[in-house]
Amino acid sequence: MSHSLEAYLVLSVLLFGIGVFGFLAKRNAIAMLMSIEIMLNAVNLAIVAFGAFTPELAAQASTIALFVIAVAAGEATVGLAIVIAIYRNRRTPLVDEYASMHD
Amino acid sequence: MELPQTVPYLEWRWDDLVFLVLAGVMLGAALLVVLGRDIIRSGLWLVLSFAGLAGIYALLGSPFMALTQVLVYIGAISVLILFAIMITQSKAGPSQLVFQRQWWAAAIAAVLLVGLLLTAVLLTTFPLAADLVPQPARDIALLLFGDYLFAVEVVGVLLLAAVVGGLYLARRDPDMPETNRLGGPGGLPAGPAAPADEEEAA
Repeated sequence: MSHSLEAYLVLSVLLFGIGVFGFLAKRNAIAMLMSIEIMLNAVNLAIVAFGAFTPELAAQASTIALFVIAVAAGEATVGLAIVIAIYRNRRTPLVDEYASMHD
Repeated sequence: MELPQTVPYLEWRWDDLVFLVLAGVMLGAALLVVLGRDIIRSGLWLVLSFAGLAGIYALLGSPFMALTQVLVYIGAISVLILFAIMITQSKAGPSQLVFQRQWWAAAIAAVLLVGLLLTAVLLTTFPLAADLVPQPARDIALLLFGDYLFAVEVVGVLLLAAVVGGLYLARRDPDMPETNRLGGPGGLPAGPAAPADEEEAA
């Protein structure tokens, strides 16, 4: 089981699905960012699994996953800063109350 | 004392058992992140989920990725998220309605997506797939600082830009008076959330 590519890919798909549900269903902006991190983790797991089971790819997959991690770190920084900036103005982290353009 | 080749009574290989345990921990923690009502606990479960994934990287034979996962995700991103939670948490915060009212649509969409991806994964035969090949850190280093040197520099500039942009966005605007903030419909008055600002300034 731990020596088959499919097992890791199924695990990655399940993790991605959990992240998608959290992103769509949560009201709190920070919880949505946490769900995005879960989805990025799932994608990284798929990339590393493909690399580990494909000798032609060797270490290339890990390199790609490292770049994904770096970009995810930058995304988390800017995303959380945006949430904090909005919180300063609106006093709520709930995304469905950011409705000033709608009213 | 020598360990038996397979798990006693179950006849599984040891790494299968480790895989199942790590996968269970990771998926369970991720589910608790998404389904939990308390956002601080969600943040802490997220750390456990990251840790499970680090173990799975180690099981996949790339210890360097496991170390990076621990350093970057558990060490940096979790702390960042927990700080943001503490800043934006107010006493009158959401304890009633954690999910959107159309959460069932989100559930249907997620289940459909998982079904689609699972069919794609299980119906495909991967022609190049062989047995597990360990990826030593030396190969990764040679690639990173050889073929991908330019990309590494670009990512460095990107991270610098993210740090500067994050500081600029989260900075307190000195021109904006305290009383002139929008409450917004259903928003809280500026009073109860003031301690969070002081904590952040400290």
